Amino acid sequence: MVDLIEAVVRGLGKGSVYALLALGFVIIFKATRVISFAQPAFMLAGVVMVSYFVGPLGFWGALVAAMVLTGLLALGVERTAVRPMIGRPAFVVAIITLGVDVAVRVVVVAFIGLNVRQVGDPWGLKTHDLGVITVYERDVASFAVTAVLVAALFAYFRYTRMGLAMRAASYDQEAALAQGVSVGSVFALSWAMAGGLAAVAGTFAAAGESVDGLMWLIALTALPVIILGGLDSLAGAVIGGLIVGVLQEIVANYQSAMPWLGGNVSIITPYVVMLLVLLVRPYGLFGTREVERV
Amino acid sequence: MRGRPLLHTSYGSDMALFNTMSKKVAVGLLILVALALPFGLEDKWLSLLATCCVAAIGAIGLGLVTGYAGQVSLGHAFFFGIGAYTSAYISGDPDGRTLGLGQTNMLLWLPAAGLVALLFGVLVAPLATRLRGLYLAIVTLALVFIGQHVFGEWDALTGGTGVGRAPAKLELFGYDLAATDSIGTKDQKVFWVMALLLMVFALAARNIARSKVGRAFNAIRDRDIAAGVIGVNLARYKTVAFAISSFYAGCAGALLYTIVGFIEPGSFSLLLSVQYIAMVLIGGAGTISGAIAGAFFITLLPTITRELQPLVPFVSTEASKVPNIFQVETILYGLLIIGFLIFEPRGLFGLWIRIRAYWKSWPFSY
Repeated sequence: MVDLIEAVVRGLGKGSVYALLALGFVIIFKATRVISFAQPAFMLAGVVMVSYFVGPLGFWGALVAAMVLTGLLALGVERTAVRPMIGRPAFVVAIITLGVDVAVRVVVVAFIGLNVRQVGDPWGLKTHDLGVITVYERDVASFAVTAVLVAALFAYFRYTRMGLAMRAASYDQEAALAQGVSVGSVFALSWAMAGGLAAVAGTFAAAGESVDGLMWLIALTALPVIILGGLDSLAGAVIGGLIVGVLQEIVANYQSAMPWLGGNVSIITPYVVMLLVLLVRPYGLFGTREVERV
Repeated sequence: MRGRPLLHTSYGSDMALFNTMSKKVAVGLLILVALALPFGLEDKWLSLLATCCVAAIGAIGLGLVTGYAGQVSLGHAFFFGIGAYTSAYISGDPDGRTLGLGQTNMLLWLPAAGLVALLFGVLVAPLATRLRGLYLAIVTLALVFIGQHVFGEWDALTGGTGVGRAPAKLELFGYDLAATDSIGTKDQKVFWVMALLLMVFALAARNIARSKVGRAFNAIRDRDIAAGVIGVNLARYKTVAFAISSFYAGCAGALLYTIVGFIEPGSFSLLLSVQYIAMVLIGGAGTISGAIAGAFFITLLPTITRELQPLVPFVSTEASKVPNIFQVETILYGLLIIGFLIFEPRGLFGLWIRIRAYWKSWPFSY
């Protein structure tokens, strides 16, 4: 039982990272109807920036700086590679972002170099004893930061002018345009927000560990998360992320009881869960069903 | 109709395998070149071109499902893996380190590899018929990850991660197609075999594309609901598309590793799928010749960049220096995908159409 609770806490920490990444995917999808496969590259770029800035700026300063710079990077990518493709099939744009991901990731990995780089977070692998269970500080921290960010995002979408504009554009781009919403800046802003969120997610994924070029696979795990939650649901992204994180840790915990599944089966758990959910609900848990007219 | 190649006066001539004279001539010339190449080229280039031919078989398969039927599949690498391991299992040494049946005849393992992959394609198809567009892309992505896990863990069949196993033997009724003898060197013979197979597979694909099935695929790609309304059985044709595409991928997977000489479970990754998507898109989606051109282009790209390296001396050939040739190669690959999709969405095939139109309307080519 203690094992299980500890796994759930670890899972919530990990799930927060997925939730942040998934939010980025969903924000971009809602604004532009495209899945951006460039998120892994942005995440990696964010982490590497933090690892460079943490010396002069301290952890929180570095985190904010990396968020802003990664947001700008995403903005640049949107301007140069994605904006010219408006009106083309979503799949083609998705493949373009895949190309962006491949190219950007090579550059970023070159900056990691051969030395061990760390994000210099204040938590490391420190633990706390709460009664009988032991929790990692970094899990609590990533959950708390995610909660704050999610609350801020929901407030932003609910109460600000630009948030309203973004909701309008996601509902119907042309109608929003006709009402005076600058759909172009909605596109730009959603990419920038997704970039910033990816940077934060990457930093917490790397907390207590070293920065590694293979971390981009973590960002790919956000894909089953958004399908699970529903492509166009912000709440679905958060809940889906937490569910996947917890399930993954539970499977990792009890994997030794099922040796025939092989080692590291927790890596593919999200994909298996996604397939099972899709068989029952083709639009995820919270996604809206597409209505098509011929 | 002399001088008016595009004027068709019957359905027969419109739907013919090669519906214009110039296509007949071009294909004939290509076959002659393929026959003659092994006498003029070094063996290392021949082996590379043989790889291109196999890649083209895989790309044609993906082109059928993605380019013709419009169903995005990122799971091609998974079907490649199924094909490679089925063939290796059938032709493998029964007493060896990894599982094997010892049936080395190519006529046995090649169709088997395709059919087993086809079976998996049909198993996946129910998901494909329920989902569309990007949902489907991510579901097929899941196949790649699950496949990679199974391949990595099933040591008895695959040899395990980082170790790998021997591929199928290129042998026909006891005659070794991959050994130097009086007929030709190893690479010459392998090239001929692969070029011949590419021709068979390409003709088959072209025949599928111009038949009832191909027209159904096109209708589904252009507007699936409309296609359903006019009587195309969506579930059936989407299943057929996945089945054919997986068959091609399985065969290509089986053949590819006979050239490479070694199957490593880690190679059936997302990167492989992306490579094939890039081949189809850069070549030109919805055309057979485009898929072949794209496959040759992407497969030759690493070699071309390495040959051009002396022109840009600040790029190092050592993997430990920055910037090195491997990084440039990957970046170039990403940029090519972006560039082609933005500036020439019809790919290499579209470039050819442009050039042809330029000269056709010359001197009024504005």
